[in-house]
Amino acid sequence: MSGPSTYNPKSGLERWLDTRLPILRLAHDTIQTFPTPRNLNIWYTFGGILTFCLAIQIITGIVLAMHYVANATLAFDSVESIMRDVNYGWLMRYMHANGASMFFLAVYIHMFRGLYYGSYKAPRELIWIIGVLIYLLMMATAFFGYVLPWGQMSFWGATVITNLFTAIPVVGTHIATWLWGDFAVGDATLNRFFSLHYLLPFIIAAVVGLHIWALHVPGNNNPLGIDVKTPQDTVPFHPYYTVKDAFYLVLFVILFAVFVFYAPNFFGNPDNYQQANPLVTPPDIVPEWYLLPFYAMLRSIPNKLLGVIVMFGAIATLVFIPWLDTSRVRSCRFRPLMKQFFWAFLVACVLLGYCGGQSVDAARFGIPLVWVARIASIYYYVFFWLIMPIVGLIETPKKLPASIAQSVLGDSAAAPAE
Amino acid sequence: MAATTHDAGTRRDFLYVASGAMGAVGVAAIAWPFIDQMNPSTAALALASTEVDLSAVQPGQQVIVKWRGHPLFVRRRTPAEIASAKAVDVNSLPDPLAYNDNLPDNSPATDANRAIKPEWLILIGVCTHLGCTPTVSTPQMPEGDYGGWLCHCHGSQYDTAGRIRKGPAPRNLQVPPYSFLSATRVKVG
Amino acid sequence: MRLTTVTLGTGLGLAIGLLASTSAFALDTARLAPKEEAFSFEGPFGTYDRGALQRGYQVYKEVCSACHSAQHLAFHNLAEAGGPEFSEAQARALATAVKVPADPNDKGETTDDKGVPLMRSATLADHFPSPYPNENAARANNSGALPPDLSMIVKAREGGPQYVYSILTGFGGHAPAGFKVTDGKYYNPYFEGWNITMPPPLKDGTVTYSDGTKATVDQEAHDVVTFLAWASEPKLEERKRFGFGVMVFLVVLAGLLFGAYRKVWKDAH
Repeated sequence: MSGPSTYNPKSGLERWLDTRLPILRLAHDTIQTFPTPRNLNIWYTFGGILTFCLAIQIITGIVLAMHYVANATLAFDSVESIMRDVNYGWLMRYMHANGASMFFLAVYIHMFRGLYYGSYKAPRELIWIIGVLIYLLMMATAFFGYVLPWGQMSFWGATVITNLFTAIPVVGTHIATWLWGDFAVGDATLNRFFSLHYLLPFIIAAVVGLHIWALHVPGNNNPLGIDVKTPQDTVPFHPYYTVKDAFYLVLFVILFAVFVFYAPNFFGNPDNYQQANPLVTPPDIVPEWYLLPFYAMLRSIPNKLLGVIVMFGAIATLVFIPWLDTSRVRSCRFRPLMKQFFWAFLVACVLLGYCGGQSVDAARFGIPLVWVARIASIYYYVFFWLIMPIVGLIETPKKLPASIAQSVLGDSAAAPAE
Repeated sequence: MAATTHDAGTRRDFLYVASGAMGAVGVAAIAWPFIDQMNPSTAALALASTEVDLSAVQPGQQVIVKWRGHPLFVRRRTPAEIASAKAVDVNSLPDPLAYNDNLPDNSPATDANRAIKPEWLILIGVCTHLGCTPTVSTPQMPEGDYGGWLCHCHGSQYDTAGRIRKGPAPRNLQVPPYSFLSATRVKVG
Repeated sequence: MRLTTVTLGTGLGLAIGLLASTSAFALDTARLAPKEEAFSFEGPFGTYDRGALQRGYQVYKEVCSACHSAQHLAFHNLAEAGGPEFSEAQARALATAVKVPADPNDKGETTDDKGVPLMRSATLADHFPSPYPNENAARANNSGALPPDLSMIVKAREGGPQYVYSILTGFGGHAPAGFKVTDGKYYNPYFEGWNITMPPPLKDGTVTYSDGTKATVDQEAHDVVTFLAWASEPKLEERKRFGFGVMVFLVVLAGLLFGAYRKVWKDAH
């Protein structure tokens, strides 16, 4: 909870700085003394991890931009030159490419945490909405970035997604031509995508600032979903959460390092090691894994415009969640019915991701995957638009603990098993 | 009780200091690749060496080759040009040092110290005044008074061993590191 | 009775006929799963076998380079650490043996009187030349198919080194009944569709290895795939070495931080 600042500048230099630019005060109040619920678990470390991911992407990206050439004839070769000739270029490139996957892995965990513990509920609605905005910006950045190596997947993924705009009646083709700067994806498109790919991460950084600022007004939610009532419910952010975040960050970096050094092409597609050829379409066009669920939704609808609407609608739905959920209880720990639907939602998302990665006419155990995608897409919408409002009203939640402190420090029988 | 807390305090301090120090070391260690990536790549370094084919160069003729972004003068000297270069008293030169990367730094600018084989004079074609490319002097088209080069930018004149004789340039033309791979092939750099 | 026999017979004949014809259409010509062939560079501690790399370069140079370019490789790569590690002199000799288009001569010409491009010996700085001046020439000389550039072929194909190895050693089998090999192509079940335009490039003894290794098809394929894997990933050894140091560092750091975390939180619960 944000309260009056307790910062007390000690040295002369600190006082001088504090009266001119209170940056140390800001650091003190937000990172050092900020009262944080004492019961935050591992799922709450991903915000810090995400900040680290953004920093890594920006730093490796700027370094790559020193060597990359955004021209349709030269782009592919410039990336290979980075991999072969630039000192540690292979490291920069693999960190950036795998860093994007790690970034999305972390953001999905972060979002699912928010759903499970009701972090989107009042008074944190705006934190959630700003978060959806960050997610959208991330997807746009990743989409632009994937085009830059100008491999087969880069080119054809760009072609498929920009062609979606032609589904819009009347103005669709004009919008697509305007996006391309040409009659199809080409050099003009590549250059502007590079410009936007460089720009958006800094916009993301600014919006992340807003996200954290909005968070620091009410303070963090917690796994119990109950408000902070007394100072016993909280601990200062430093050293409790600085050390906890640092530890889990290192675990995350270990996973990152395993991919970068031992399986750097695990998330990638071999077709992207072939230079873009506008005359030859690869047999299966797939985006990177983190966009697959939405890709599956798009392909599950036989009508082009409806498919686009369903896909974008799925992301737009996220904005309304704070008002769709009618429950008075935040955390699914105390919502036995909602919890089941939540896990089913997670399964649906994973299934959608799997379907998105297979070819359109694939089937497993005799079931065409397009039907699995349709059912999972329906469940996606039903979960937010029907289940959330209805379950909130009809569910009987479990008894909430009296306070965070009592749950953590006091009689542990009062706290549920999870 | 107090002793335990004190021990716990120093133990925690040690872990804090150790983790912090290790983290700092890690950041410094990973910083090196980010700095090194700006150094010339292996593609640039591959062009750091150039091989020049000498077979087509006639006596009294000069070819200019690009080396590390600079013009490289490869001149096949006539016996007269070699003789006139040898006849010069090193102590009378404005710059008495050889500036030959194949030799120690303070070698004098004798003709022998300016070329591995007297017939072949290999110099970096960058005027030591302000960086223009001097023009070569030939019997048909003399440039300057010393039979070597004249820099048209500010009038520096070099002799047939590429040594500065007149004009604002402070130093003799630089001799790059080079070696003969064969009688007709030289590797520069 | 006779009517029944005739009906049954006709029915049976129809059924067999249908089955026979549909089996031809139903023949699944999806490529076979690649053969399982182990390579020295696989695994977290894998490295390239220098001998295999050098022999593989020989196979590439003597067999593959006639039709396949490898334009991202430069001759100086042959002398670098982590690769075939020829000496600089050997690499220079290998470069000199290869001709590349010459720069314009003093008259500004790049071809001779007959239109044949002027050539010069390659230097260490040059990239491997392409056997054809452009894509159309490549297709014209290869029955309309474009021999792909091999610089990254191992990374550009699903199945990686095992896939390329299977293609090279997958010729010579008998096509199953009902499968007709297209004219001008060759049967190779490890290639999608089973029809590949490339003729079998390797035979026993296609090359004579200077180190005396017996040049069977399997050996040649293994060596050239090792070379092509290095061509795709020249930094593999550096990457795994660096990675080992990073993992050790991170695990130790994680241990220290875990200790610090437990100490800080000891009295908070």
